[in-house]
Amino acid sequence: MQLESNIPSGPLEDKWEKHRFDMKLVNPANKRKYTVIVVGSGLAGASASASLGELGYDVRCFCFQDSPRRAHSIAAQGGINATKNYPNDGDSVFRLFYDTIKGGDFRSREANVYRLSQVSANIIDQCVAQGVPFAREYGGHLANRSFGGAQVSRTFYARGQTGQQLLLGAYGALSRQIHAGKVKMYTRTEMLDLVLVDGHARGIVVRDLVTGKISSHAADAVVLATGGYCNVFYLSTNAMGCNVSAAFRAYKRGAGFANPCYVQIHPTCIPVSGGYQSKLTLMSESLRNDGRVWVPLKKGDTRRPSEIPESERDYYLERRYPAFGNLVPRDVASRNAKYVCDEGRGVGHEVNGERRAVYLDFRDAINRVGEKAIRDRYGNLFHMYQKITGDNPYQVPMRIYPAPHYTMGGLWVDYNLMSNVPGLHVIGEANFSDHGANRLGASALMQGLADGYFVLPYTIGNYFATKHKGKVTTDHPAFKEVEESVNGKLKKLMDIGGDRTVDSFHRALGQIMLDKCGVSRTAEGLKTALEEVAALREEFWENLKLPGGLSGMNVSLEKAGRVADFLEHAELMCHDALDRSESCGCHFREESQTEEGEAKRDDENFSFVSTWEYQGAGEEPVLHKEPLEFENVKLTTRSYK
Amino acid sequence: MNLTLNVWRQKGPDDPGRMVTYSANNISPDMSFLEMLDVVNEQLEEKGEEPIAFDHDCREGICGMCSMMINGVPHGPDRGITTCQVHMRRFNDGDTLWIEPWRATAFPVIKDLVVQRGAFDRIIQAGGYISVKTGGAPDGNAIPITKTQADKSMDAAACIGCGACVAACPNASAMLFVAAKASQFAHLPQGQPERYRRAKRMVDQMDEEGFGNCTNHYECEAACPKEISVENITLLNRDYIRANLTGVE
Ligand SMILES: Cc1cc2nc3c(=O)[nH]c(=O)nc-3n(C[C@H](O)[C@H](O)[C@H](O)COP(=O)(O)OP(=O)(O)OC[C@H]3O[C@@H](n4cnc5c(N)ncnc54)[C@H](O)[C@@H]3O)c2cc1C
Ligand code: FES
Repeated sequence: MQLESNIPSGPLEDKWEKHRFDMKLVNPANKRKYTVIVVGSGLAGASASASLGELGYDVRCFCFQDSPRRAHSIAAQGGINATKNYPNDGDSVFRLFYDTIKGGDFRSREANVYRLSQVSANIIDQCVAQGVPFAREYGGHLANRSFGGAQVSRTFYARGQTGQQLLLGAYGALSRQIHAGKVKMYTRTEMLDLVLVDGHARGIVVRDLVTGKISSHAADAVVLATGGYCNVFYLSTNAMGCNVSAAFRAYKRGAGFANPCYVQIHPTCIPVSGGYQSKLTLMSESLRNDGRVWVPLKKGDTRRPSEIPESERDYYLERRYPAFGNLVPRDVASRNAKYVCDEGRGVGHEVNGERRAVYLDFRDAINRVGEKAIRDRYGNLFHMYQKITGDNPYQVPMRIYPAPHYTMGGLWVDYNLMSNVPGLHVIGEANFSDHGANRLGASALMQGLADGYFVLPYTIGNYFATKHKGKVTTDHPAFKEVEESVNGKLKKLMDIGGDRTVDSFHRALGQIMLDKCGVSRTAEGLKTALEEVAALREEFWENLKLPGGLSGMNVSLEKAGRVADFLEHAELMCHDALDRSESCGCHFREESQTEEGEAKRDDENFSFVSTWEYQGAGEEPVLHKEPLEFENVKLTTRSYK
Repeated sequence: MNLTLNVWRQKGPDDPGRMVTYSANNISPDMSFLEMLDVVNEQLEEKGEEPIAFDHDCREGICGMCSMMINGVPHGPDRGITTCQVHMRRFNDGDTLWIEPWRATAFPVIKDLVVQRGAFDRIIQAGGYISVKTGGAPDGNAIPITKTQADKSMDAAACIGCGACVAACPNASAMLFVAAKASQFAHLPQGQPERYRRAKRMVDQMDEEGFGNCTNHYECEAACPKEISVENITLLNRDYIRANLTGVE
């Protein structure tokens, strides 16, 4: 596997400008002759499809929901970063770049991140022009807030529905191109495999989720914008349909998978209330501005929170991190919540013999500023919490627990957002490129739209003009071969005829991954996880029970295909986590910590991107390292003490 | 708690469909409505029967996928929430629930509770956007927009396109959906150049899709999980009339 990052030479500030000039262009009259398949219609996929359509390419866009507007991006609440520096508080392209590199714990590429920061301001302008109703000040100008521990206010937002509004903006642009006949949209259609011809990505095989029909689509390039894989943990903040299948099938066809073990676990989510739990709801991080996190000092203390006197409470974040207190970064907050629950000091519902929640208490804030002020700040969130849990957080402390939220890992891409498979481009959460080992709040929306509106539309042209080889159609034997393999796999799933449901396998997988490849990891745990996942996978292929058939809508079959991929991908994540014996960002290896219990990076040995190459069923994947070089920032160690 | 469910089962678009009765036992009041259906479905799967198909994805009230009539009301008995936000503590032990798909000519049933809502996409494609290309947009602060206007626009933009308004309307009209989109842009300066054309194109497409006419029942507003106001319909009607009077294409 050749990993050529193709980072342009020259000073950081000039790279993108220079590269845009150096890239070859496709003649406007010729663009319509190039077909681009875009899989995914979230922020990344919708913005890319619309922009490519506007440029004149012939675009085919696919999503598994009933409408492109329903992609998981719709659920993002908090906001989107951009270096507008409207508040005049000292923000700049370099500052956002630096914050992102540092936030990623020095495990991302300087050049990509700098470009992201450069184009961020354009995104806001574009979205305003589309009619995205961002929050405004009374003077009529755009409002900003500070988000996720940033020292400057650079986050733009539309109430608590920023992702929805940005996605609807991109969906509008996409709809316009569909109307113009430049984009053909395929909804309720799932990509099941990638087709390579002479080593280049030239198409996909899909299943129509309504009829069950398998078909092939040929193109001149394929773009994956298929989102993240947090649902490998079964329970996460992601929408139910989020999956790794498209990316994983590309991996099996030769695309490198980078940093699969980097997963962000969000500290403030509503905890599990029972074995039937299907997903976890994120509560905005802003709650930690006023809420105090605590658990009882004593193990197994089941008294009501109001009955536990001050002296018997442990405000563990304030105790351990006096400077930052309840506002420590996401990973630190998550890890500490796990530890206190591991110690048996968790609160809330008992599920499988354990209590996994901590209190987030607003009592003191209410006493300080009054209930009205708290209601003004968090009214919606409190309401949502009460709807879900039945508890009134003005009277009893909220219960929270960390949940898997975002995957920084993804398919490896170069500076042009192209994977090592020529023609296969990867954008949005599905790629690995910008967030290193940890993502800052409000930066995923920025990255998805940067990739789709402002980067890929340029770089894909360079591929067509320089490397692309001739036309292929679905008559090429490669398509027949892949279709056969897809059909074979579906049939194999249907034919197992065992007696365990697909959800039951998925839950079991989630449990293994959460315990051993979640907030905190050890070599021993990961080795056990590898064995357990392999055993579970074996059982899956012997004992899965699937109702229905191959034709028509079969929801259980859809799930089974995704879980089958998760069962393999989980193994890849564990290999990666095991290999990286340092701690960095969200990846915490218990073996690598300071005396105070903080994550300890090992720059000398681990300053690289881990990219994995598939070796065939049952074989261990091979690791390729892309060294990370830092010319513009100095590597520092975080400290929140 | 134990409940009796009467659920619409329909194998495919051409199957006539029928109500089937299931019992849902040992349901926890903390479950969400969809989690209750998950439990029933897993039991069906264990018996080798096909689970009840229903649309869902985010399970937090924002994607607009979930879409069920619960006891004859879109998204169930409470106002301002989607099906996925209904919790079982809302019901009592021993209750009987009737669960059906959206019913509208323009939303044909695919299977069980799953309907095809592509008509909504086609209405937007007909003109529910501001025609602007990527690149070359002026600075976001170039045109000040009063907070009041921005807020009104956002109120309308909160629509999640679930189709509850259509399901609630005796005429299966899509006016609230169309009006929400039209008024999001009608409240913004960027939306003015295409304002009347947009209204006309969307309304004409709505008629073409086979949605009914709005005769001011206002059931839509009561059913809307985002509580979008029918005032938007008044605004759309005005814009539509003006579009026809001035003859925009
Ligand atoms: C609850 C929540 C809140 C968040 N809040 C914020 C925030 O405030 N700020 C921020 O910056 N980020 C936030 N994030 C993260 C951010 O929302 C996501 O990272 C981002 O939206 C991902 O966008 P995407 O376009 O890459 O993928 P997605 O939006 O996930 O879209 C994936 C697309 O791929 C399609 N797809 C997937 N697989 C297939 C397949 N096999 N075949 C066909 N189609 C397929 C899907 O149909 C979908 O259209 C949040 C995330 C969550 C879970
Ligand atoms: S599942 Fe998304 S709104 Fe209900």
